[in-house]
Amino acid sequence: MKDYIYEDARIRLRENDLLSGNDYEQLLAEPDYASALTFLRDKGWGDPSAAQSGEEMLRSEEKKAWDLMEELIPGSTLLDTLRLSRDYHNLKAAIKQFYTDSPLSPERLYQEGGTLPLALIRRAVEEQDFDPLPEAMQGAAREATEVLARTGDGQLCDIILDKAALEALLEAGEKAPDPVLREYAQVRMAAANIRTALRGAAGGRNLEEIQAMLVDMPELSSHALAESALGGRQAVADYLSTGAFWVLSEALRRSMSAFECACDNLLIERIRPQRNESEKPGPLAAYVIARECEIKSVRLLLSGKLNHLPEALLRENIRDSYA
Amino acid sequence: MGNVLIASATEVAETVNVLTDQMGVVYALIGVALATLLAGIGSAIGVGMGGRAAAGVLSEKPELFAKVLILQLLPGTQGIYGLLVAFVALGKIGILGGTRPDAQTGLLYLAACLPIAVVGLMSAIHQGKTSVASIGLLGKNPKTFGKAMLLPAMVETYAILALLVSILTVAQL
Repeated sequence: MKDYIYEDARIRLRENDLLSGNDYEQLLAEPDYASALTFLRDKGWGDPSAAQSGEEMLRSEEKKAWDLMEELIPGSTLLDTLRLSRDYHNLKAAIKQFYTDSPLSPERLYQEGGTLPLALIRRAVEEQDFDPLPEAMQGAAREATEVLARTGDGQLCDIILDKAALEALLEAGEKAPDPVLREYAQVRMAAANIRTALRGAAGGRNLEEIQAMLVDMPELSSHALAESALGGRQAVADYLSTGAFWVLSEALRRSMSAFECACDNLLIERIRPQRNESEKPGPLAAYVIARECEIKSVRLLLSGKLNHLPEALLRENIRDSYA
Repeated sequence: MGNVLIASATEVAETVNVLTDQMGVVYALIGVALATLLAGIGSAIGVGMGGRAAAGVLSEKPELFAKVLILQLLPGTQGIYGLLVAFVALGKIGILGGTRPDAQTGLLYLAACLPIAVVGLMSAIHQGKTSVASIGLLGKNPKTFGKAMLLPAMVETYAILALLVSILTVAQL
């Protein structure tokens, strides 16, 4: 059985470069967007040879994390659980771009780092031939395309693909070789289910419709969640407070952004023991997840600086540091 | 017919005697082989693990080479202890010197070699794992070298105890 001693040792050093609590404080204290970007550049973020915007810098950081994984475990499918959602995001973007002729540039529409080449997804959508896609994706892609062509209902298309993405994540999480990936799938699925249930309720859908949008999890009953979603955010928080995800309930009571932050913090807390692991693949997955959460925090901070949002509001959205 | 049987019985007895004499060396050599093999295998595994962790750290921080090398080599001592016990035994059982032992003494040599063989194997592997963790610690914070080195060195204690038992017993036989 392969050990990951070399890979884990390299990751251990890279963990030093993750932003710490102090770094977030300094970033918060920066007076404006430009100085926040300078701070990040000084920390080694982005491409030093190019004058990048904030978004370009964040994209290049995402790419760096995945390039490192490709260097450490070339061609491996080990971390596919973390990349699945990008495939479904790209499929959704390709379908919508094809049917609506979106003026947005491909860089803004698509996410890099999925398990499938972007060209493959786009060609499948353009030629309406979904056979080259993975079996689990084919049915959802056909259904979503057909629904969008027939009804023009983008939201319904999203629901179909979001549910397919969740089912794929559930399956990948169950088959995942490492507990970190199983934790990732579990927390992300719970968060997506709660989000979808609330969105469905806010969109005026009934109990059956909401339940059909959700994926059943052992820790979160789709029926009970759909039922509580009809009562609003507070009712869902009440339901959560008695189950496995009780730590999310208080944040959900406060706001949706606090809830999103709490989901990432829960994930960080669950993967934190990987900092002491030195032979298994867990630290690699944990590093990618930590970077994902870190980039999300920085994106929110930069966006807040750009829009001159108050510091207290920005502080609420900063994820716990894995470093 | 009776003479043939008596002659055969004498031959068998002589053969048994010769074999019994030889078995002493065979038993002792099995002990020597185990001390060299098991302790050596343990060290090879331990140093190999440390080497992989060291390579990971050095690809990010090449300036830590000297410190990382020391941590990598710590699990290598068990192999040397095994070799030391083996040399002392070989010098006493008529291979490099001394006299050939009888079967009973040969078994005593075998028993005397076992502590360093078994403890050497296990302690080297566990010391390798501790070295890997210490190399990670050193990579994260180079100032912790002293502490990082002490942790795997603690495992060494038990290899030294086994070495003492093996070498003192072999020397007294």
